[in-house]
Formats: sequence, C-alpha cells, structure tokens
Amino acid sequence: MSRARTFADLATASEAGNLSNRNMIHNGNFAVHQKTGTISVGTNTSENTLDRWEMDATATDQLAIEITQSDDVPTELGEGFSIKYQTKTVESATVASDEIVRLRHFVEANNCQRLGYGTSGTKTTTISFYVKSTIAGTFSFIIYADDGADIIGSTYTINSADTWERKTLTFVGNNLGTIANDTGIGVHLQWNIAAGSNFTGGDNSTWKAYAASLLASGHTQSTHMTVDESTFQLAGCQWEVGEVATPFENIDFADNLQKCQRYYQKSYNYATAPGTGTTVGELGNDGNGSSGNSTGQMIAYDTFYIEMRVTPTMTLYDIAGASGKVSTTKHGTNEYNGETGNLFRAGSKNYSIDRPATGNDANSIRWFFEASAEL
Amino acid sequence: MIRKIKFESVKKILDPYTREHSAYKAVIDGTPKNVPICVGNREYDEIKRQVDAGELTIEDAD
Repeated sequence: MSRARTFADLATASEAGNLSNRNMIHNGNFAVHQKTGTISVGTNTSENTLDRWEMDATATDQLAIEITQSDDVPTELGEGFSIKYQTKTVESATVASDEIVRLRHFVEANNCQRLGYGTSGTKTTTISFYVKSTIAGTFSFIIYADDGADIIGSTYTINSADTWERKTLTFVGNNLGTIANDTGIGVHLQWNIAAGSNFTGGDNSTWKAYAASLLASGHTQSTHMTVDESTFQLAGCQWEVGEVATPFENIDFADNLQKCQRYYQKSYNYATAPGTGTTVGELGNDGNGSSGNSTGQMIAYDTFYIEMRVTPTMTLYDIAGASGKVSTTKHGTNEYNGETGNLFRAGSKNYSIDRPATGNDANSIRWFFEASAEL
Repeated sequence: MIRKIKFESVKKILDPYTREHSAYKAVIDGTPKNVPICVGNREYDEIKRQVDAGELTIEDAD
C-alpha cells in the first residue's frame, strides 16, 4: 500500500469518527490466549479458543481439530501471532450436507451501536484479514446480525497454498433490523472453513432474513475436513466502519487483555494453564480463628479483575488443580484438597464461594478460578 | 442460531444462608462448572432452553 493511499484511508477513517478504536474485533491480532496451549475441538461441538474466538464444528462425525496460537504471521504485521486451525482426524467420507466448520467472533451489541443498523444512517463496514491455508480455493465469510436474524456474506479466494494473503470485503449497512443496545450478541463474524451443501446454495450478497442456505453461500472449498493435518490460519483481523480497509490497528497488550477479560478471566498467572497444580497466586481468606474452626460451612468473597459482561459461569480449582474443588487449611498447617466449592450470590463484579459443612475441619479456603461470560 | 451445549448433568446449588436455589452445578466436557441464574449468561440461557424443550432434567441440590 502506498503512503498516499494509507494517509487517504486514515483520513477517511478520521472523518467517520473512527481514527482510534476503529477495529470492532477484540484480539484481532491473536496476542491474547489466557487458556494457553492447544485447544482440542471434538465432533459436533463448539469451543472457546484464543480469547474472543470460537471454533465450531457442527454435525461432524469424526473430525478432530486443534487450535493453536502460532507465531507465524505475515511480514506486514511484523512480530506477532495468528490463530491456527489444524485437522487431526478427518471425516471418513466427503463433507455431508449438514456439516459446517467455522471460526467465529461475536461482537457485543452495545459495541455495535455505531453501525446504525436498522436506521436510515446504517453504515457500510469493511473486514480485512490475512489468511494462509494449506489448501487454496474459494471460501466464504458472513456477518449475522443476531437480534433481527439478518445475514450478509461474501466469498473470497485463497490463490496460493501456504502463502499469507490479505483479503478485504466491504458490506453495505443493514437496514432490515436494529441491534438492541445491551450486553447480548450484536453480530457474528464467521469465517467458514468447510461447509456442506445445506449452507452453500443461497445468495447472501445483500442483507436477507436468515436461512441456512445463506450461511456459506458460494463456498466451494471444503476439503480441510478430509485432508489430514491441513491448516487454516488468520492474522490481523479488523472490522471497521467505512468502505476502506485501513492499516491494522495495533493496541497495547495490556489494553487487549483487559478487553478480553470482560468475557473471560482466570486467577492464575497469565502463562499458567487453568487446572495447573500450584500455590502461586492462590486466592484465600485469612484463616483467622473467628472464621470457623470446625467441620462447618465456610464462606469466602472475591472481586473480578474488571467487571464482566454478565455474571459469569465459574470453574473453581483447588491448589492441586482439580476442577470443581477448593482447598482448605486448618490454621495454615493441615491442608486438604478436593473439597467441594460452590458459587453463590455472584454478580458481574463480585462473587462468593461456599465450602459446605460436610468438609474437613479447617478454617480457611484457598482456590483458583476461571470465569466465562462469553457471548 | 442455536449454539447447543452438551450438559452431562445439571444440579441445583442452594444459597448457604437462605437455602434458596442460587445457581447450578453443570458438568460440561467432564468439568464441573458453576452456572449463575443470569439471563444473558450463555450456559444459563442454554439450560433454560433445553429444560423448556424437554431435553434436560435438573437434579435437586444435595
């Protein structure tokens, strides 16, 4: 891209009130991966992977997928990360009509208000991303507006296998339905990796009421499901208001992490996988004599690092790494793992946990947590 | 679009002070998770949808 073109595009973004925070995708550079490590995705299921990104395999029978954070990125982005899909077990037959495999990102509704969907001021948007695949061909991308169940999409071509390519797709604004200003899903952004014939036959080149045939219209390359070890990578994903794709907007890692923590956070250190046996950074109450000295009930309170989107689903861990459990201590000496821990009176900012009365004789609780308020 | 979650079991959790139903203990992919009663929470919304559809039965609290 020439410098003149870059300045012109940034000027356009500025006029749209969009010079900073113009990327509506969180973690579009895939730098934040709080869960750490490899995420396995089985048949007919969805998994949250790198922060804010979901891998979905619908109706699959044998397909096993691994999602990893890769340091392979296009040179234009410098050093950084991509998200990497890899087939680990293939489907035994060709892609069935009801099967679809896709990477998804959900944008919260109150962050979609700038789009003006369903109004006379509805905005054109542009998605830009880098893609690299072991298999070239025609793939598809869709935007789905959740409240009105409206959909639009486009195909794009990966010209060369194993080569980073930048793609840019522009979509007119949606005038079919509004997006409520709340904490629910505003839009789905969906990169289809493989799709059966139920999803490919329609024409989604303009906004339409949802139909399954519009989920991957025009998608023709679906052999990732049947080629072992095949890969599909995305990097530098940006969705912004306007008709041009501006250069990828880099943000601080700390800012990126904090945006992601509205949807998922953990009490372990950033690099520590949930479920690791450790005492580093454990949470706990003080264990003073007045907090209980019997086999009775014990209560503890804690605050999330930032307010979450809604009251989250929580997984508690004891210091040995067992899920659904907490540890207890009797005056800092006797330690017990594997004690039951329950959530109660939780909100989006604070929560309480209860070790029921059936546990060991102790006077303090110690634990780690994962909290998920994903869309 | 429905995003189905496979629950292996779902049991009520009671508030330790009031003994009223305050959350659910749901086992998903072998992991016990605490699901709050909160509209907009993805797991809670899906528990409610599956119960309403007759696809899921909630166990009483211990």
